[in-house]
Amino acid sequence: MHPAYSVIYFTVASGAGYGLLFLLGLQAAFDLLPAHPWSAPASGLFALALVTTGLLSSTLHLGHKLRAWRAVTQWRSSWLSREGVLALIGLPVAVAFLYGMAFQNDAGWWRALGLAVAMLSALTVHATAMIYASLKPIRHWNNPLTVPVYLLLALASGGVADLAIDAAFGDVTLASGLLGLALLAAGIAVKRGYWRSVDAGEAPSSPESATGLGAIGRVRLLERPHTEENYLLKEMGYQVARRHARRLRLVAQVLGFLVPALALAAALMLSGGVLAALALFLALAAMLAGLLVERWLFFAEAKHTVTLYYGAGRV
Amino acid sequence: MTSLPDQPAQRRLGLVIDLDTCVGCHACATSCKEWNMGGVAAPLTDLDPYGAKPDGVWFNRVHGFEAGEGGAGRTVHFPRSCLHCENAACVTVCPTGASYKRAEDGIVLVNEDLCIGCKLCSWACPYGAREFDEAEGVMKKCTLCVDRIYNETLAEADRKPACVMACPTGARHFGDLADEGSDVSRLVAARGGFDLMPELDYRPTNKYLPPRMNASPAAVAPTASGEAIRPESKFLQWVDRLFSR
Repeated sequence: MHPAYSVIYFTVASGAGYGLLFLLGLQAAFDLLPAHPWSAPASGLFALALVTTGLLSSTLHLGHKLRAWRAVTQWRSSWLSREGVLALIGLPVAVAFLYGMAFQNDAGWWRALGLAVAMLSALTVHATAMIYASLKPIRHWNNPLTVPVYLLLALASGGVADLAIDAAFGDVTLASGLLGLALLAAGIAVKRGYWRSVDAGEAPSSPESATGLGAIGRVRLLERPHTEENYLLKEMGYQVARRHARRLRLVAQVLGFLVPALALAAALMLSGGVLAALALFLALAAMLAGLLVERWLFFAEAKHTVTLYYGAGRV
Repeated sequence: MTSLPDQPAQRRLGLVIDLDTCVGCHACATSCKEWNMGGVAAPLTDLDPYGAKPDGVWFNRVHGFEAGEGGAGRTVHFPRSCLHCENAACVTVCPTGASYKRAEDGIVLVNEDLCIGCKLCSWACPYGAREFDEAEGVMKKCTLCVDRIYNETLAEADRKPACVMACPTGARHFGDLADEGSDVSRLVAARGGFDLMPELDYRPTNKYLPPRMNASPAAVAPTASGEAIRPESKFLQWVDRLFSR
């Protein structure tokens, strides 16, 4: 599948933003917010920036951007529509939550709202993942681990962002650092499981089933319908060389998980201070870069069944 | 509304494509392009049509495949277009309601005024039936010539999809596949018509008829040189014997 940069940025940025909002919402609900009064609101603003730039970016690839509002109408059947509805409900709730957190610290209402923020954030990322997971023609996406990968990577990147901003206000606790490490470990474990699953998985469709000619024997393409590219080949025929894919998976794991985990461990040992904050911002930058590579691969490695009509083996 | 109709349609209009008689002439594809350039889905934009890399929207594409090996192998011409599936995921994924499946005859269409061009429907179609129109910013697809088949200004004999009208070998048949007594349904039953990628459970309306099997290669008598020469060609067999001495 063609990796559209606007969608890659959208899923990584809004994933981290919703992960961060989820953590803030739970921290508020259970009275676990960091001591510094500006630490959590700063995290909240950063999360909102990630989410809104991501959502705006997701509209960039549309053929008719001004009609984007119509996308909220078909929530009964479409995961894309559900994602849009959840995002549009979630934004004002998150803004109200952050307003209460920043300016009405003594009031309790915004702490209760934290639970709603956490739930809406998780549901939005779940809807995003289901857009991909529900597509049967793309085996690499129609996988039981697609949704856990999106949810856990959103949570882990949100967790690292939270730690970095807390560190800037000198507020990193050992417990939150260990939680961050646990999320990173869970993230890489489920992503590696996903890769193992798609590598080992049996491709359900073949040139034989796509043409129905299997009774005669092995089926292979003799000639394409057209000599030049078309929309189908440009959008669905994208393939990354296997050798590059292996290396990029390694890059995604090192940047997305190993570097953040080492930087986080270093920050915990430094126990606060400017150096710890710098280490955590390095962790955040590396993680987001690693996730961009991971998301690019998610598209580039995915094969669509239409390629069976253009000479692909099994898909 | 992009939910599928609650009841299966009373009529399921579609095509039956005979892979035995298709000669791969692309007349269906060009005549489809010609009609639909002026039809409800018009225009079918071409990009760089006279340049080095022409590209454009087509609703029908004719592929060529080889199946089997040696004498038992076949070259099969394979027209590919929208199959108007019963379980049309291209419709249910649409976030705006632009894609819909008609309850009355099962035809899958796009309302281009509602389409935002997100392309998700083309990802959801296993068969590559939908093509995005870059110039118009909307998705386009086969309409089963909905503007021909119900068109009362056309003579009744012409109320068929353009691809069916154009086929010089009669390899394309149009009719109601929900009606067991229809010509197309009887053809499917008699010839063992099949679905494409049945494992994905999209339940296509369109059916394909398999190529008829040739006489098995063993039935061809061995020739003096061991070269494959058809038994009915007495002259070539005589030449073969002459030069094999």
